[in-house]
Amino acid sequence: MSHDPNMLQRYSAPERINHWVVAICFVLLALSGLALFHPVFWPLTDLLGGGTWTRIIHPYIGFLMSLSFIGLFTRFRPHNRMTSNDKEWLMHMGEVLKGEEGKLPEQGKFNAGQKLVFKSAAILLVLLLISGLVIWRAYYSLPVDLVRIAVVVHAASATLLIAIILVHIYAAIWVKDTFRAMGSGKVSRAWARQHHRAWYRDMTGK
Amino acid sequence: MALQSLDIERRSATTTPSPSQRQTMEVAKLIDVTTCIGCKACQVACMEWNDVRDEIGENVGVYDNPPDLSGASWTVMRYSEVEQDGKLEWLIRKDGCMHCADPGCLKACPAPGAIIQYANGIVDFHEENCIGCGYCITGCPFNVPRLSKKDGKAYKCTLCSDRVAVGMEPACIKSCPTGALQFGSKERMKQYAEERLVDLRSRGFEKAGLYDPPGVGGTHVMYVLHHADQPELYAKLPANPHISPMVKLWKGISKPAAAAALGLVVLGGLYHLVTRGRNEVSKENEKAAEKEKES
Repeated sequence: MSHDPNMLQRYSAPERINHWVVAICFVLLALSGLALFHPVFWPLTDLLGGGTWTRIIHPYIGFLMSLSFIGLFTRFRPHNRMTSNDKEWLMHMGEVLKGEEGKLPEQGKFNAGQKLVFKSAAILLVLLLISGLVIWRAYYSLPVDLVRIAVVVHAASATLLIAIILVHIYAAIWVKDTFRAMGSGKVSRAWARQHHRAWYRDMTGK
Repeated sequence: MALQSLDIERRSATTTPSPSQRQTMEVAKLIDVTTCIGCKACQVACMEWNDVRDEIGENVGVYDNPPDLSGASWTVMRYSEVEQDGKLEWLIRKDGCMHCADPGCLKACPAPGAIIQYANGIVDFHEENCIGCGYCITGCPFNVPRLSKKDGKAYKCTLCSDRVAVGMEPACIKSCPTGALQFGSKERMKQYAEERLVDLRSRGFEKAGLYDPPGVGGTHVMYVLHHADQPELYAKLPANPHISPMVKLWKGISKPAAAAALGLVVLGGLYHLVTRGRNEVSKENEKAAEKEKES
């Protein structure tokens, strides 16, 4: 691929692959989890080959997701530390939602919203992994009182995470050309200048 | 199944009413622990009628054999040695599904039609619909359902729903040599228990009583106990069984609440997109970026 001077490299190929492994796992987990959570979503069990297959596979996809998220976590953690700029940004949700980025503090590689997605996903995934292990009965059974707490924790954290990821997906749809970042890995200079000015400065020295 | 399908009170993971036009009599099994001799004929009858054979186990030093319920042992006798008023008592309780009026297993089950409560009160597992998640175990206040090691499905006492459907009594009832096991309409069983209680009280068991716990809406397997004030004496029979508040939260309000919340997030996004339009790179930024690239 020739080097396009209008584009900036935002994510490397390993980063993109890592992201999509987590993303595919997440979609399968969310849909199969919802299927076992509320009867209205039960038909989604067909996605994994029926109810019994859904019950068997869901935990293993969970392991794969946890494992691959560790990769994502290590890769992106340095860029996800909250700064005073970020707190300022979060205080101006009105401008954020209107897309008036000129009125907002400059954002680095990730904006404060993305950082919150990153942090909450990390915390919720830990809760989901632990509670999921407690619910699992394929090889062992834990004390029933513990299981009863774990099912509530699992359902609550899953709902919260699905809601957060829906916002994450929507943000990528709303902010035009964002998808390229996780597609080809490159974004236009103008895109970077508008949405992540501080990162743009780092990358271009302007 | 054809006839029974008309007499369904409740069906797991189903939000619309079940076929319940026909009104049938509520049935119940009465276990009179005061006349049980612990012969285990009921265990054998259960194995024979249902064609289930547990693995040969090992002697665990007490009479309990097999030592616990399993995918292939749907009823077991539990023996407790307790001291009451300085006297040793050997209490024997036939353990198994209680067929609750408000079944925690059915509430917890995510698979449509895997657990059925018939209008006659029998709570039955339909293993062809069972996915083997074990949520029924999480929901049960009596620790009864077991996942089979053979096929990964959950099993428990059916109250011989197949026999009862054609007017017969459960296999265990048929085998009891002392009459400790009785079967009939729930009303009749309560009357029968009352007669037993009069007898027991006259013989000094002042606290004798019927175990039909209201916390689960009553059960369709009831016990006559000499010490109804201390059901825990009988191999930890719970004094006040009820569906755990955690299970109620999980399978109650949180289901519609979570579904609605996720729906609102999606609608909120759509509303935002439709009213705001997409966030595109502005002309000024395009120009500025172009300029900065060249300089």
